[in-house]
Amino acid sequence: MASASSSSSGVTPEPIIAVTGLIKQFGKFAALRGVTADFAAGKLYAILGDNGAGKTTLLRTLAGLNHPTRGEVRILGSASIPEVCHHIGYMAHPSLLYDEMSVLENLRYFARLYGVTDDARCAAAITSVGLDPTLARPVGQYSQGMRQRASMARALLHDPKILLLDEPFSNVDIHSAHDMAALLGRTRDQGKTIFIVTHQAQLLEQVADEFVWMQAGRIVARTPKLTRPEPQ
Amino acid sequence: MKRIFPILSVITAALLGYALYAALVIAPTEQTMGDVQRIFYYHVPSAWTAFLLFLNNFVASVVYLIRKNPVADIVALVCAEVGVAFCTVVLITGPLWARPVWGIWWTWDIRLTSTLVLWLIYVAYLMLRRFSSSGQTPVLAAALAVFGALDVPLVYFSIWFFRTQHPQPVIGGGGSLAPAMWHVLLLNWLAFSMFAFLVCWSRFRLEKLSREVDETQAMNALLDEPVSNRSAR
Amino acid sequence: MTPPSGITLATLSKDLRLEWRSKDAINSMLFFALLVVVVFSFSFDPNAEESRHIAGGLIWVAFLFAAVVALNQTWAREVRNQVLDAYRVSPAPANSLFLAKALGNFIFVTILEAAMTPLFIVFYQLRSLGPAWQLLLVAAFGTWALVVNGTFFAAMSLRTRSREIMLPLLLFPISIPAILAMVQATTSILLGEGARFWIVLLFTYDLVFTSACLLLFETVLEAE
Repeated sequence: MASASSSSSGVTPEPIIAVTGLIKQFGKFAALRGVTADFAAGKLYAILGDNGAGKTTLLRTLAGLNHPTRGEVRILGSASIPEVCHHIGYMAHPSLLYDEMSVLENLRYFARLYGVTDDARCAAAITSVGLDPTLARPVGQYSQGMRQRASMARALLHDPKILLLDEPFSNVDIHSAHDMAALLGRTRDQGKTIFIVTHQAQLLEQVADEFVWMQAGRIVARTPKLTRPEPQ
Repeated sequence: MKRIFPILSVITAALLGYALYAALVIAPTEQTMGDVQRIFYYHVPSAWTAFLLFLNNFVASVVYLIRKNPVADIVALVCAEVGVAFCTVVLITGPLWARPVWGIWWTWDIRLTSTLVLWLIYVAYLMLRRFSSSGQTPVLAAALAVFGALDVPLVYFSIWFFRTQHPQPVIGGGGSLAPAMWHVLLLNWLAFSMFAFLVCWSRFRLEKLSREVDETQAMNALLDEPVSNRSAR
Repeated sequence: MTPPSGITLATLSKDLRLEWRSKDAINSMLFFALLVVVVFSFSFDPNAEESRHIAGGLIWVAFLFAAVVALNQTWAREVRNQVLDAYRVSPAPANSLFLAKALGNFIFVTILEAAMTPLFIVFYQLRSLGPAWQLLLVAAFGTWALVVNGTFFAAMSLRTRSREIMLPLLLFPISIPAILAMVQATTSILLGEGARFWIVLLFTYDLVFTSACLLLFETVLEAE
């Protein structure tokens, strides 16, 4: 399932993420049953499917949080995700932030984990998602929309090449969701590769380059438009 | 392999029977303690067997941590379970022996106390295995086994020094053993070791089969079609 | 790239700052510590001479209970919003996180001990016949022994059911040589006898298990 995007010289560029025969089992439950796919750089992929299709497991495996039972994941040419993890930004439905700190304090701390000591970059990341860096209110008191945006700021903070977002629009009000989708489109335009797992595909209709359909632990289709493929 | 097991079982049963006879009848009666001392032939071999099993558990745990070999995990589990059983025998026979002879149920005897701590560590190990979810159990248990093994010499030294400061009766006698007693002791140890080996082997086979069933079911889930046990690999 | 020690310091200062702000955990732990001392005083009521013999044991059992309460909330904030995931996907080394948590626990438990000790001295009319500075050494090594393993087992218990009971269940058996050493050392010093062996044993225990924790923490953190 290689996506052949040829450059002007006619050579297929190296996929930024290459998944081969990925199988993930949790005891008797097989979450991923053999996923093989190449993903090109600089594109926004929307990963869709019913509950239990394996979307979250796939994303977590790409982030290095789940270890494959079998198969291989190569990111930026490396089979070892810890090697390239500073190029990856991850966001999930839980905020991955400390409720008791303000958004700037949170980002300052997480920035240290990536070797970023520049306060200005933290403030810039917060501003880019439409939040106020000077807001002293602890993140735990934010609305869900604001919290998701703060979480996105954390994921963007170290300027990663790859963004992995798991249900970023969940429980978010419609305006914030549209803003976030637009922001993600602009981020893709800056050259980042973005993977978004979502149940609200229509939010990404204008912005996604490709829709990846998953079912029962496999990728069943990849379409450029939001048209559900015929069931196999 | 399958024929060896019944043969070994018969031999072990015979050996256990003879060892019991040797302990109760053949072995000379101890001078000071009398016939009560004969429990020694159960107490000490159980202890040695338990220690050997725990040592096996430690080695298997280290092998698992380095190579993630699932067989190593099964060996570790099996040795821990059987080891705890033998350890329990030691902890029961110890006081049973101490009470008639020295008038006390317990004493901070170095070997008995070390055995108690080892028993506590391995019961904790078994509880950890029971309470953790199946994917992580082997790694967590192996880590705990390493901690336990590192603890053992520290336990021994701390109790040894404690006893030099607070002298206590020594269960099991510090003196040398008459040759006839040595023979009976070693005979019992051999019988116990073989028995332990057989129990471990059975348990190992049981656990291995149980895991193979789970894996086949997982494979079925993976492939969406029935798969026979052997051709699944 | 921030050096690992930088990450440890950043994590530790974050934890201390958060604790200082809410003071939730430290307040409840201090009160718990006071309750423990009072209950012990009712249960074991010796005259002044006897007290020196048993105080070593009593005080460390009290510290142990307080330590378990502190250790059980080590990872509470990280678990709440799956912050551990954020840590794991970052390039930060797992051991930096471990050391920060262990040091944080060490500080908390030391504060508890500092609060409980005067109460014990008062209730039991304690006076040390031996050099008191050695008691500080015992307290430092002993507390680290409990806290380093406790932080490690607290992380292990995150992956189990019955998290809160799992921690003491794992910690107590492994800590027995350290507890024996702490108690015997304290008693010996209070009685004016030498405690050198016990202090050396505690130090050895600390070395061995700090190494083991640092070696195995990442494995345990990544287990899934």
